[in-house]
Amino acid sequence: MSTYSLSDGLPSAAPRELALAGWLKESGSGVVASLAWIAFGLSCLLWDDVGDWSRTHSLGIAAFIIAAFALFGTVGADYLGSAGRALRKRAPWLLALGLILTLWEVATAKFAWLPLPFFPPPQAIIEIYTDDLPKLLDSVFASVRLQLGGYVIGAAVGFVTGVSIGWSRVVGYWVHPVLRFIGPLPATAWLPIAFFTFPSSWSASTFLIALATGFPVTVLTWSGVASVSNAYYDVARTLGAKPSFLVLKVAIPAALPHVFVGLFMGLGASFAVLVVAEMIGVKAGLGWYLQWAQGWAAYANMYAALIVMSLLCSGAITLLFAIRDRLLVWQKGTVKW
Amino acid sequence: MVATAEIIAYPAAGAALDIEQVSHAFDIDGTELPVLSDVSIAVEPGEFVALLGPSGCGKSTLLRLVAGLEKPRAGSLREDESRITHPHPSRVVVFQDPTLFPWRTVWDNVALGLEAQGILKSQRSRVDAALELVGLSAFRNAYPHQLSGGMAQRVALARALVNDPKILILDEPLGKLDSLTRITMQAELVSLWQRKGFTTLLVTHDAEEALVLANRVIVFSERPARVKADIRVDRPHPRHRGDPYLADLRRQILGLLGLDATW
Ligand SMILES: Nc1ncnc2c1ncn2[C@@H]1O[C@H](COP(=O)(O)OP(=O)(O)O)[C@@H](O)[C@H]1O
Ligand SMILES: [Mg+2]
Repeated sequence: MSTYSLSDGLPSAAPRELALAGWLKESGSGVVASLAWIAFGLSCLLWDDVGDWSRTHSLGIAAFIIAAFALFGTVGADYLGSAGRALRKRAPWLLALGLILTLWEVATAKFAWLPLPFFPPPQAIIEIYTDDLPKLLDSVFASVRLQLGGYVIGAAVGFVTGVSIGWSRVVGYWVHPVLRFIGPLPATAWLPIAFFTFPSSWSASTFLIALATGFPVTVLTWSGVASVSNAYYDVARTLGAKPSFLVLKVAIPAALPHVFVGLFMGLGASFAVLVVAEMIGVKAGLGWYLQWAQGWAAYANMYAALIVMSLLCSGAITLLFAIRDRLLVWQKGTVKW
Repeated sequence: MVATAEIIAYPAAGAALDIEQVSHAFDIDGTELPVLSDVSIAVEPGEFVALLGPSGCGKSTLLRLVAGLEKPRAGSLREDESRITHPHPSRVVVFQDPTLFPWRTVWDNVALGLEAQGILKSQRSRVDAALELVGLSAFRNAYPHQLSGGMAQRVALARALVNDPKILILDEPLGKLDSLTRITMQAELVSLWQRKGFTTLLVTHDAEEALVLANRVIVFSERPARVKADIRVDRPHPRHRGDPYLADLRRQILGLLGLDATW
């Protein structure tokens, strides 16, 4: 009998507790996150700034708005579809960000625990984005244009060279030693020579970015083509494939996973060259903006530019991953970025 | 079954194959490794010939020569009187590993031959028919890594058959399959061969498989391979595995391969 009463009692009490626990688990972090952002807003508004910043008030208001979004977004996630689910998943991060910003605000703008010109408060950086936007945007466009041009040229040349070395003995004989001699040299070492041999600093930088991209793409494309199993060629040849088919439809698709490794490595290397080239030669772009800000001891501008730069680099990598995932759907177990 | 009818509508009678005094060797570290020694086999159009021999004796090498992937050091190979110098889609090989192209879907793998020959656009239905023939139409959009071993080998078979080969060259194609899948695919192979009439060359390490399938079993010696025996198997298909006539031949073959006759 006792078992009966036990199982009778369960359904009435447990589901309510379960529902509460479930609600807490799903929305709890959202609620706490919104509290953290309220704290950030309050930290902006409660005390006076130690310096002269014009966006403190707006930043505080913005923090409250974000807090409201976090709260209603996670609590009402069920009615918001995939956006709600995405928000809920990121609530812990939202919480961490709110806490860090609060700490940063208090440690810089309010009590100056961190030495001031070197550690600007959040509102100082916001101020750059609102007041220095045209110059920053110009720099972004200049950087993207330079990077894109150099990278595309380098990747294309590297790919074609890699396939040719992997496929043709003659090309391999002539190109391989050159590649071994020049490839490992950091592209930035060419900077001084490139800047006076090329007609413009822009073309010099494009060349250097292409060089930095081209080397890893060439080597990995080549090793990819060279490592294609002979069995594939045998199968294709008995089915009537001509040499062009073997290159385009067998060697290249088989080498593609390697090619993408080269493209990723090239992207990283070319970012470094881009920034250095902009700092030294090209009078435009985010690298130049950084340099300029340093000259004026404008630390807020530097942080603002760094944030934009990291968003752009990360965006470029994300884009490359998306392209790879599209082209290599046939691979199983690839890394998600 | 419309699809099957369609594939039959391209008559591909088998070709004769003449292997005349073929010898072959490989250079390994400067020393010559003789692999085939004066091998002569005349295969009639439409015959099903099984090749048996000790492992490493040179069977795969002979098949590569027939396919035209390599040239013999001595002797000649002819398909219907014309000398074999290069690979040609009239002689298609199915290897022990299915060797599907992992970046192509099942359908695209089967379409490979027609695509390579530049006739895919007008003949797409042949790909569908070949897939139907091996019972994998439902998997046309799957990638090779999503297939089981038996399914992958079926795709490899479809990829060969879609070209309507005159000579089908099979290098232990069922070697890695489990025994149930193996028996099913043996039956499928025989019925395909009967319907389409191509000449078949099958390397196998399994005497029973050779006897259940082939009209003729050729037994090779140890490396370098010589033809040791050429045995006719006069039994209609479908054959019964317990047939005493086949059991007798099997004992004879195993004896030739140096195995105890009591097996
Ligand atoms: N490309 C090659 N280069 C050198 N030796 C080879 C090559 N292919 C096969 N061989 C050798 O030739 C012999 C016969 O090989 P193979 O024809 O594959 O034998 P099997 O009868 O088992 O199919 C083996 O000893 C093998 O090592
Ligand atoms: Mg073999």
